[in-house]
Amino acid sequence: MSLPGSFQQRRTLTDLRTDVEPVQDEVARALASRGYDTAAAFAIRLALEEALVNAFRHGNRSDPTKRVHFTASIDSREASFEVRDEGPGFDLTAVPDPTEEENLEIPSGRGIMLMRAYMSEVEYLPPGNILRMVYRRDDPTGPVGPASKA
Amino acid sequence: MGSSPSRLNVRNQNGITRVEFLDRNILDEAIIHQIGEEIAKLIDGTAKPKMLICFKGVEHLSSAALGTLINVNNKVKQKEGQLRLSDINPQIYEVFQITKLNRIFQIHDTAEKAIASFA
Repeated sequence: MSLPGSFQQRRTLTDLRTDVEPVQDEVARALASRGYDTAAAFAIRLALEEALVNAFRHGNRSDPTKRVHFTASIDSREASFEVRDEGPGFDLTAVPDPTEEENLEIPSGRGIMLMRAYMSEVEYLPPGNILRMVYRRDDPTGPVGPASKA
Repeated sequence: MGSSPSRLNVRNQNGITRVEFLDRNILDEAIIHQIGEEIAKLIDGTAKPKMLICFKGVEHLSSAALGTLINVNNKVKQKEGQLRLSDINPQIYEVFQITKLNRIFQIHDTAEKAIASFA
C-alpha cells in the first residue's frame, strides 16, 4: 500500500470564525491519509489553532480588512506550516513566560508556548508577523508532542 | 442580547454545581466566550459555590479555553468557593501539565472522586 504524496495548500483567510475550521479539517484529513496518529493530529490541531487565532487577534488586531495568509505542506515525514498576518509584528522576547509562578493565574499568553511544546520547530521571522512551524514524525529530539507520542 | 442555545449541561447535585460541556472541541472563540459567561452566571448566583467542571467527551481545547478556566477559578476563589475539574482525557491533561495549570486546579480522574473531595 502506498501513502499519498505531498499535500500542498495555500489559502488567504479573511474570517477567524468561518475560515479556520475548514482549514483544520483539511489538514486533519491530509494527516490521517498519510498515517499520522491521533497524538500528532492533536498536536498539530492545537498549534494551528493557536497560530491562526494569534494572527487574527494579535497580529491583525481583529481588523476585518486584514487577511491571514496560510500555507501547509504535508508529506509522510513532516508537516510544515506558515502563517503570515498583515500586522506590524511583535517582539517575541517581550512575551512573558506563562509558567512562571507569578503568571500562572493570568488568563492569557499561553499560545506561543503551546505551539513550541507541540511542534518540532517554531520560528517567527522579523518583524514577527510570519510564523513557520514544523512537526516531524518520530522526532527523537523533538519537544513534548512528537517526542513523547512517537 | 443574544439567546444562543446553552453550551453546557448543568446539574445541581447535593449543593454541588456540576457542569459538562456539550461541545467536543472547545476552540471557537465565540463558544469559549459563551461558556465563560454561562459559568460566570452560575458562580454569581451562589454564595460559596462548589463547582465541578467535568471534561468527559472533550477532545480539544485551546489556550483561550484555558484562559476562561483561569477566570472561572479566580471568580470562584473570590467568592470563597471550591472548584474541581474531572474526566480530562490524557492528551488534554498534558496541556495542563505543559502550562503548569495542573498546579492551580484541583483535578480528579472521575467526577465521583471530585465530588468526594469537596469540603
